[in-house]
Amino acid sequence: MAEFTLPKNSKIQPGKHFPAKDAKKPRTFRIYRWSPDDGQNPRIDTYEVDLAACGPMVLDALLKIKNEIDPTLTLRRSCREGICGSCAMNIDGTNTLACTRAIEECAAGDVKIYPLPHMPVVKDLVPDLTHFYAQFASIRPWLRTQSAAPDRERLQSPQDRKKLDGLYECILCACCSTSCPSYWWNGDRYLGPAILLQAYRWIVDSRDEDTGTRLDDLEDPFKLYRCHTIMNCARTCPKGLNPAKAIAEIKKLIVERRSA
Amino acid sequence: MSTNAKDLPKDLQNPLKRARGLGSAQFGVGHWWTQRVTAAGLILLGLWFVVLVLGLLHADYATARATVAKPWNAVLLVAFIVTAFWHAVLGLQVVIEDYVHTRWKEIFLMVAIKFLAVLGVLAGALAVLRIALGA
Repeated sequence: MAEFTLPKNSKIQPGKHFPAKDAKKPRTFRIYRWSPDDGQNPRIDTYEVDLAACGPMVLDALLKIKNEIDPTLTLRRSCREGICGSCAMNIDGTNTLACTRAIEECAAGDVKIYPLPHMPVVKDLVPDLTHFYAQFASIRPWLRTQSAAPDRERLQSPQDRKKLDGLYECILCACCSTSCPSYWWNGDRYLGPAILLQAYRWIVDSRDEDTGTRLDDLEDPFKLYRCHTIMNCARTCPKGLNPAKAIAEIKKLIVERRSA
Repeated sequence: MSTNAKDLPKDLQNPLKRARGLGSAQFGVGHWWTQRVTAAGLILLGLWFVVLVLGLLHADYATARATVAKPWNAVLLVAFIVTAFWHAVLGLQVVIEDYVHTRWKEIFLMVAIKFLAVLGVLAGALAVLRIALGA
């Protein structure tokens, strides 16, 4: 059966408390901590941060904690402007990017920060996305053609280019896939919203000539049809995209090429 | 430098090997489409069934029997029974695929629900036909 409770060694314990000294505008952050090296269970550490001396985003607070309070806190980050997808994590109960989530937007009370749900944890807020990336590679996400290579770039009409809007913006941060219960229970085989949105991005690309094969590869009870339109993906996407709609479009195309 | 087998990580498969798995079943659209078609059918048949049952409120046994025995009612009643069980099997199949991850349990349940549904359809249809054919 699908596992609905945490195994013993994953049960979260209370952690350390780092109080702020003389803070003008203190805010408490409760952060998931786990290290593969000490044999301990995960714990929740509590950090008080002075927002008067901190940038406005959750990532600013995390970096302030790492730089000034506890250098052992481990997280991924790079662009700090919502384009690399590195700092995807579960903040205040929602998967999002720490760099584009304002601290003020979080619900009153403590700001709770966990790694992306239901993924193996490498350390603290860093999930293991190996399988997610391998699933992306499995859809062979590049332009596939049969016709001879032209002397110049392959042209696309503005109308056809418009079909990629709402798809090309995906940064593969994995917020949607890790918010999807179907991906939690069957992520070994279900491709998940992010990868299916990426697959649809190539299916609708007017320059791609491998549409039939792409649909063949997706028509599978587990790879595609685990989507039950729960819609967590569209709700959580930090870029405001709608992977559920892309999945529905794939299902429609697979119906379209057969007899009703 | 030689490597001892015991020093190697347990799983030497490339992640892509695991992600691609056994490949696509190239199958599944039939299930998806049939689930929707039977759902649409059940909306119509279900409404008709509710109207039929409401019409039988306070009716005595002989009246109810006579109503079921009418050809159109008998046909639609059998259609309702078949569609309902068909749709139920398709729905239960999804639940089993989602949550039952032990292969032998999965196969056992898949076969069991299909047998039970066929039995249900046969029993329901026989009941209606006995009344309709006046047995």
